[in-house]
Amino acid sequence: MSANTTAMVDAQEVHKYFHRNEVLRGISMQIQKGEVVVIIGPSGSGKTTFLRCINFLEKINKGRIYIDGELIGFRDAGGRLVPDSEKNIARMRSEIGMVFQRFNLFPHMTALQNIMEAPMQVKGVPREQAETRARALLAKVGLADKADAYPARLSGGQQQRVAIARALAMDPKIMLFDEATSALDPELVGEVLKVMRQLALEGMTMAVVTHEMSFARDVADRVIFMDGGVIVEQGKPADIFSNPREERTRSFLRKVLEPDAS
Amino acid sequence: MNPIQSFLRSYDGAAVTHNLFAHLIVQGVIITVILSVLSQFAGVVIGLVLYFMRRARFQPIRWVANAYIWFFRGTPLLVQILFVYLAMPYLSLARPLRAADVFTSLGFTGIYTDSFVAGLLAFSLNEGAYMAEIVRAGIDSIDPGQMEAAKTLGMTYWLGMRRIVLPQAMRVILPPLGNEFNSMLKTTSLVSVISLYDLLGAAEAIGSPQFRTLELLTVACLWYLLLTTLWTFVQSALERRFSASSRDPGAGKVNWSRFVLPDRLFRASPGVGVGNLTR
Ligand SMILES: Nc1ncnc2c1ncn2[C@@H]1O[C@H](COP(=O)(O)OP(=O)(O)OP(=O)(O)O)[C@@H](O)[C@H]1O
Ligand SMILES: [Mg+2]
Repeated sequence: MSANTTAMVDAQEVHKYFHRNEVLRGISMQIQKGEVVVIIGPSGSGKTTFLRCINFLEKINKGRIYIDGELIGFRDAGGRLVPDSEKNIARMRSEIGMVFQRFNLFPHMTALQNIMEAPMQVKGVPREQAETRARALLAKVGLADKADAYPARLSGGQQQRVAIARALAMDPKIMLFDEATSALDPELVGEVLKVMRQLALEGMTMAVVTHEMSFARDVADRVIFMDGGVIVEQGKPADIFSNPREERTRSFLRKVLEPDAS
Repeated sequence: MNPIQSFLRSYDGAAVTHNLFAHLIVQGVIITVILSVLSQFAGVVIGLVLYFMRRARFQPIRWVANAYIWFFRGTPLLVQILFVYLAMPYLSLARPLRAADVFTSLGFTGIYTDSFVAGLLAFSLNEGAYMAEIVRAGIDSIDPGQMEAAKTLGMTYWLGMRRIVLPQAMRVILPPLGNEFNSMLKTTSLVSVISLYDLLGAAEAIGSPQFRTLELLTVACLWYLLLTTLWTFVQSALERRFSASSRDPGAGKVNWSRFVLPDRLFRASPGVGVGNLTR
């Protein structure tokens, strides 16, 4: 096995167990550079777990994941995988942005400090440069006036936009979104999706787990339907949404798109 | 003459005022403060070390830490002090320490370095066992999502600890830490049993030859009250400062649960994720 060198993410036969419970049962997929992949599927199907395996927040039990041609979490010692050093894992993670459902902003820091922290501490970017960049990113997500606000003073939508800016400050090669809008009040979902659409337009490579089917339909290059820890079906959004091949996909979409009809 | 009258007749108020600022007493106050501050500081450091030892992957390290805590919380502090003090000669520590005579060169009189070090060691070791619990409660109260966010930004565990988790845990740790120091100021009086002229030791040294022990204990009490009262002010200033660092009204009392609800709990609440499916 070796990496597909043109893909940003190359997952090969990924298995993940929590104790005896096999949550990912052999996931193989690739994400090309500049591609936006939306992952959908019922609760408990392993979407979050898979996303967390991509940046090694979860250690995979079998298989391999390459990021931009580089194996994550392990070193290949003559065909045998040995755990990689913490430093190397951290270096690879610094190039993989992640946005959480619960934002996870640092509550003891202002919006600006949240964004400046990692570039300064991890990359050693000088303060002034980090601040200029952070302000530009805040402006980009429409929060130029909130630089000095602490997270507790921001709405959920604003917090999530700061979290996106914080991830972007590390100049990631790829952005992972795990239900970035699920914890938001309905009226705040739009402002976050708008930022995500903008990123996609700019050519960012993205893996997005979401229940926002309109986002999947409009923005995704490819939609992946997961169920029971496997990829059941994938394809262009138009194909998946208008004529899914698998019965499981059909029944999921029926429930999601017409919740009252069930 | 009733007992109260007889007490008042023999109690010499003048001995109190006369000795309030006696050289030995003032020196005792300074020794008490130095000993308390150093012991508390070392206790915090030991507490942090124990916290990380208890989270070590290598099991024997966890055993050592747990045994340590079990021992120091399970035996009387007075015994620990005597033990350390009496063990020092066997470790060939007592003599060189006494000979070093650090305090005389600093202008103190009658402060034995070996007694001081024995006290410092016992208080630090003992306090570390208690701080370990306080540190654990503080760090464990921080949402694991904070460390995860730090890691996804490319931070190592230690960097994330230092920059993200510990500063937040500090706010939780500070109030109980303040209470620990308040009792430390008073508990250090136990060193008088190993002939150190701390505040209590000095009071006894002056009082008993003159048969004025009660009066001198009054002096000691007044000083202890002054120290603990001053500390109360310092403590509330510190706590205000720490919560003010998030310049948020009542930040110290922020409803953290809103922000730290674990993903799993949150998901379990009906209608949250599901509601979004329909849009
Ligand atoms: N840390 C964990 N320990 C044990 N089991 C876990 C853990 N994380 C996830 N699981 C289990 O793994 C399975 C997949 O969970 P995962 O969170 O990946 O699903 P999901 O597709 O993201 O679901 P949802 O749409 O509800 O977010 C579930 O059965 C879950 O209970
Ligand atoms: Mg999930």
